[in-house]
Formats: sequence, structure tokens, C-alpha cells
Amino acid sequence: MFDDFFTRAVVGGVGLALFAGPLGCFIVWRRLAYFGDTLAHSALLGVAMALLLDMNITLTVFIISVVVSMLLILLQRKSVLTSDALLGLLAHGTLAIGLVFLAFMTWVRVDLMGFLFGDILAITVEDIAVIWFGGITVVIILSVIWKSLLASTVSYEIAVAEGLKPDLANLVFMVLMAGIIAIAMKIVGVLLITALLIIPAATSRKFSVSPEIMAVIASIFGAASVWLGLEGSLKWDTPAGPSIVVAALAFFIISLLPLPKFKRQENEKHNPSSASEVSNQ
Amino acid sequence: MNVGKNTLVAIDNAGLCISNKWLVRGVTMSVSTGEIVTLVGPNGSGKSTTAKIALGVMVPSEGDLYRRENARVSYVPQKLPINWTMPLRVDRFISLTRVVDKKEIKRVLSLTETEHLYDAEVRTLSGGEFQRILLARAIAHSPQLLVLDEPVQGVDFNGEIALYKLIEKIRSEINCGIILVSHDLHVVMSSTDRVICLNGHVCCSGTPAKVATDPAFRTLFGDRAADELAFYKHQHQREHPSDQLLKNGINDGYGASSQINKKITRHIKGKQNV
Repeated sequence: MFDDFFTRAVVGGVGLALFAGPLGCFIVWRRLAYFGDTLAHSALLGVAMALLLDMNITLTVFIISVVVSMLLILLQRKSVLTSDALLGLLAHGTLAIGLVFLAFMTWVRVDLMGFLFGDILAITVEDIAVIWFGGITVVIILSVIWKSLLASTVSYEIAVAEGLKPDLANLVFMVLMAGIIAIAMKIVGVLLITALLIIPAATSRKFSVSPEIMAVIASIFGAASVWLGLEGSLKWDTPAGPSIVVAALAFFIISLLPLPKFKRQENEKHNPSSASEVSNQ
Repeated sequence: MNVGKNTLVAIDNAGLCISNKWLVRGVTMSVSTGEIVTLVGPNGSGKSTTAKIALGVMVPSEGDLYRRENARVSYVPQKLPINWTMPLRVDRFISLTRVVDKKEIKRVLSLTETEHLYDAEVRTLSGGEFQRILLARAIAHSPQLLVLDEPVQGVDFNGEIALYKLIEKIRSEINCGIILVSHDLHVVMSSTDRVICLNGHVCCSGTPAKVATDPAFRTLFGDRAADELAFYKHQHQREHPSDQLLKNGINDGYGASSQINKKITRHIKGKQNV
């Protein structure tokens, strides 16, 4: 079944998108888009470290992302700078260090494009196992901390006052983010990870009446984007990662279009007077 | 620190220092089951900070804090910026920290006169409506300790009185302890067991009657506020006919508040009988 590279790409990519959906929603709700970007940038430092120390790339990227998240928490507590300045500092600082490291290692030839934009078509059966195993772990952990995380997203103070553990939940969430970024790097690349997290969540907002439904719909849109992007990439011979993001963007743009609204008709039924007033003017 | 069987929270000589500035210092207070403790004081006097210390949201830099373990606590914060990107309807919001079933949601919404908002999106609510929903959420599932930081801000005048009435009713029904932060001296005081007047430190505390006569209170809030308090004190005693006149005169504009007072007087009498 996994003999075909395209099948492997679809199974891996769809899995990633399904697990990224709920995390993407939290990124949107908590205004962490730039945090995702920062972790993604620092992933390149992870790649450099992995090559330098001859370690597993996914694992090293995960560790570096966790370290960067903890560093951010520390700096936020100690520093007078605002979060966005700190994030910019960390994002570009780690990216630059990563690139300098790579330049020093003249003995390795790195396909930088592969890391920046992903290489989903080179996905192996082991990668698929990592994605699904890692992804399911992420979702299980997320469901355990869901209540605390959601409550602290609405109000940190209420969450603490009413006996939840938002600090622990926030910490775990940062680690999950690092995990999903380490897994996602291979699929869409460093530069496009945040897009795969945010765009499906943004698209699902309009169709959701509760946070839980938004998370599920984000997963569905993400999976559909991966599948559509890969089909398009195969058909028109475009790079896979960017094609997936373009597909996700297409869904978002379609979601902005006015739907054939049943609600509006209902309103007009309820308020025939206001409708006629408008037409008279 | 005096911690009895019924004590929910006790703070002993606590203070909080942030960036070399004492937000509040030397606060001693306690709340027991069935008791309403009101924190009053000017802006920046440390009312909200004290409430947050009592809740465990802020950790005091000095002093002692006792909180009953595993007490069911509900909190109405002073400010709650609603996140516009999260789809959150009222029913889901009420279940935020504890799962609340449909029947209970409907019950608390009807208590705060907001049944019609059951499936409204939280971000579409007006300030007053949201304040009612916050209170509804807080009273769901019978909390043991209720901390209300200016719970009626932005609520219309009639609603304000009704909500204070409700808070009073909840206290007597489920016998919870309440910490109330408020500016509305005239309405709140009448139902309060103890008043703690803050101004960076505890400047006076005790029963509303005692605080009203305290010179420190008069200095801080001015004579008008003190007289308002004193007026309520007299009303409870119902001794002087001149007070009755005064009451009638004032109640021309505050018809509803006299009802509360009657009710509260009844309540106090009831307590004495026990």
C-alpha cells in the first residue's frame, strides 16, 4: 500500500494536518502565530545541531524548539521587552546561528531548500509511523489538558482561581507545539509550518459554534488542503509544500465568500418591515 | 491566624510587592461560610489585589494565607477581555471550568434574567449582559466561596439592585462565603457582614455600622459616603421617627432599594432568632 511515493505523501500529510488542526486553533485563539513562526525558524538551528552532533533530525529539532519555548517564558518574566520583540529576537537569532553553523560544517552538503520548503514526496514509511504515532500522542495529551488550556485562554485568572492548572497546561502546550513543528518540518518545511497550522483554523472559524467544533473542522480543512495540494502538485508539477499552503489558502478565500444564507432569509421573514423600508429608500 | 471550622480563606498581614512597589500591605481578613465581606477603597487601593491573593491568583510577597483545600471557588474578575477569534456561546462559557448540565445553565441564566442569551455568542453581548453572564457562570454548581470583583459594573440601575439582591439570596440559599469588591457603598453595605476599607493597607474594618463611624473611613470617602452608611445603620434599628422621614425622602428616587433593605432587615432578624 505504501509502495507508491504519492500514497505515502498523502497518508503522512493528511495525518499531520489532522493532528495540527486543534493546535492551530489554539495558536489563533491565543495570538501565537508569531510564536509558531519563531519555533519554526529555530528548527533550522535544530537541523544544524543534528548534523553537527550526528543525531536524529526530528528529535533534535524537537529539543531545540522546547529549549526556545522555555527561553521565551523565562525572558517574558525577566525582561522589559514585549513578547513580539522577544519573539523576533529569538526567531532570527536562532535562524542566523543555525545558518552560520551550517556554513562552518563544510563537510556536510545540506539541501537547504528541502528544510525550508519541505520534501513531502521523499517521505518514508518510518516518517509516516512517526507522524501518526507522534500525532496521536499529541492529541491524547491535548485532550487531557484541554479544559485547563481552554479556560486559561479565555481567562487565566478564572482558571487559576477555580482550581485548574493553567501554568502546567501552558507548558505542556508549548512542548506539543515543539513536537508538531518537529514532525511537520519534513512535510511543509520551516517557512510554511505556521501556515499549515493557522490557515485551516482561520477557515474553520466561520463554520464553528464552539471551540471543540472549530478544532475538528480545522483538522478537516487541513487534511483536505494536504490532499488537494498534493494532487495539484502532481498534476502541474509544482513544489508540494507551497501547493498545500495554496490549497489551504483557497479554502480560506472561499470561506470569506458570502454563503447562500438561510439565516438572512429567516431574518427577512421576521422583519418584513425593515426590508421594505430599505427598498423604499 | 484564626482559622476555624467554617473559615474558607484567611489572610494574615499579607502584602504584595511588584517592581519595588507595594500594591497592598498588612492586610488581615478572613471569610467564613455564609458570610459576605466587602472590600471598599479608592482606585488603586488594592481591592482587586487583595481579592486575587485570597483566590491564590497572586502569591503574597509577605504574610500568611490559608485557603480551605478543595473548596469550590467561583470568580468574577474585574476585567475579562473576550477573545474575538474563539467561537464561544454562553452555554459553553458557563461550562468553562466545570461541566454544567443544561438544566443548571438554564436555572442560573433565569436567575440573572438572561435566559434569552442561552445560545448567544459571548462576543456579541453588551457590557451589562456579559456581566450578568459572568455572575450566572459563577453561581452555577453552588460554589462554597464566591469572589466578585465589581460584579455589577455596566449593569443598568434596576438590574444592579436585582443582582445585589440575587447575591444576597444566593448567600442565604447555598450558604457560601462571598468576597465582594465594590464601589456602590449605598447598596452593598446593607447586605454586608463585614467591611474592609483599604487604601494600600487596611485603614478600618468591621461591621458597616462600625466602619461608618470610623474617622478613617470619613477621611477616605468623605462625609457623604459615611452618612450613607450611617443612614443604613439607622434604618436597620428603626428607632427614630426622623429617620423614617429621611428614608421616605430619599426613597423617592430609590424605590427599589427600600425593598432590599426590608428584606435584609428580615434576614438579619431571622438570623437573630436562630
